[in-house]
Amino acid sequence: MFGALIIVFREVIEAGLIIGIVLAATRGVTGRGRWVATGVLAGTLGAGIVALFAEAIANAFEGAGQELFNASVLGAAVVMLMWHAAWMSRHGREIAVEMAAVGAAVTAGRRPMTALCVVVGLAVLREGAEVVLFLYGILAGGASGSSLFVGGMLGLAAGAAFTALTYYGLVSIPTRHIFAVTTVLIALLAAGMAAQAVQYLDAAGAINVLGGQLWDSSPWLPQGGIIGRILRALIGYTDRPTELQLITYLATLVAMAALTWLAAPPRAAHARTV
Amino acid sequence: MVRGSIWAVVLAALSVASVQALAQEFNLVIRNHKFEPQEIRVPAGKRVSIYVSNEDGTPEEFESPALKVEKVIPGKSKGLVRIGPLAPGRYEFFGDFHADTAKGTVIAE
Repeated sequence: MFGALIIVFREVIEAGLIIGIVLAATRGVTGRGRWVATGVLAGTLGAGIVALFAEAIANAFEGAGQELFNASVLGAAVVMLMWHAAWMSRHGREIAVEMAAVGAAVTAGRRPMTALCVVVGLAVLREGAEVVLFLYGILAGGASGSSLFVGGMLGLAAGAAFTALTYYGLVSIPTRHIFAVTTVLIALLAAGMAAQAVQYLDAAGAINVLGGQLWDSSPWLPQGGIIGRILRALIGYTDRPTELQLITYLATLVAMAALTWLAAPPRAAHARTV
Repeated sequence: MVRGSIWAVVLAALSVASVQALAQEFNLVIRNHKFEPQEIRVPAGKRVSIYVSNEDGTPEEFESPALKVEKVIPGKSKGLVRIGPLAPGRYEFFGDFHADTAKGTVIAE
């Protein structure tokens, strides 16, 4: 039972971290709970469908379907995070001013919620499909199944508690810093996802360049351990990165910074809103 | 941007076939949550394809941080794992859903 709890918990924490960050980043946006819930629900539904067609997906594209699917899901999430970052850079200040002025009711916060809702959905979809397959395997296994299933459900609950912990940890940061903190977290999240996506493309055989391993930090901090997994979800930690992964990681951070800078309102308009 | 990423995936899928033609093939079976054989020897410095056939009724995840692979293989089905080029050495892999029994090693030489 404990084994099942750990396996499910490990799979859930990545999506949990993302949901926690999204909730913290959108504090004060009206209806954000509904958006996030929609993302979780759609992701869960999608995870069920993906699990159902796991074999067909795996066999697509000469056996590289699963890798290409994961790479596309990660790629789409990176695009959504970039869109959100650009939008926030343009409108974030207005929102902050509005929040201070009227307290709540920020209808302008609608647009980035669609992007973040999709990010949440994609995270749940990717991690959830594995959980669904694992739990299904337990149920299909019969006899000792029920105690394992309870373990799996407890793992799910522990993952939800972890999400709450992430959220409350982040919102305890003073309001004037939280925009900056969540902006950096979202940039690191996107960079980590992009680096993971290129590794999936490599595993799919779609790209075959710069595959050399840069270092091996697995003896000190294995990416399979709980701390390694949290760091992997949070900042894209990999204990044996390839050259291409590091380049992609850095390029995504640069692209994110450039986008934020380009989307920022001109100085003059800036001064007017303040 | 979304359209761009769709094209990237299509192009990626097309190039899969060309890269795959060069890879050498190996077979691995999952039975009773164990890998058979538990050791496979592959050539170093080359792309290698491993066909993992899961004969159990339950899904398994072929995982190896050393080989940089994570792949779910549903019950009663086959999955293709592409690895390499590898430096000579030993690379552990395991089944994430049954990590206590499903263990194996790829030896590149």
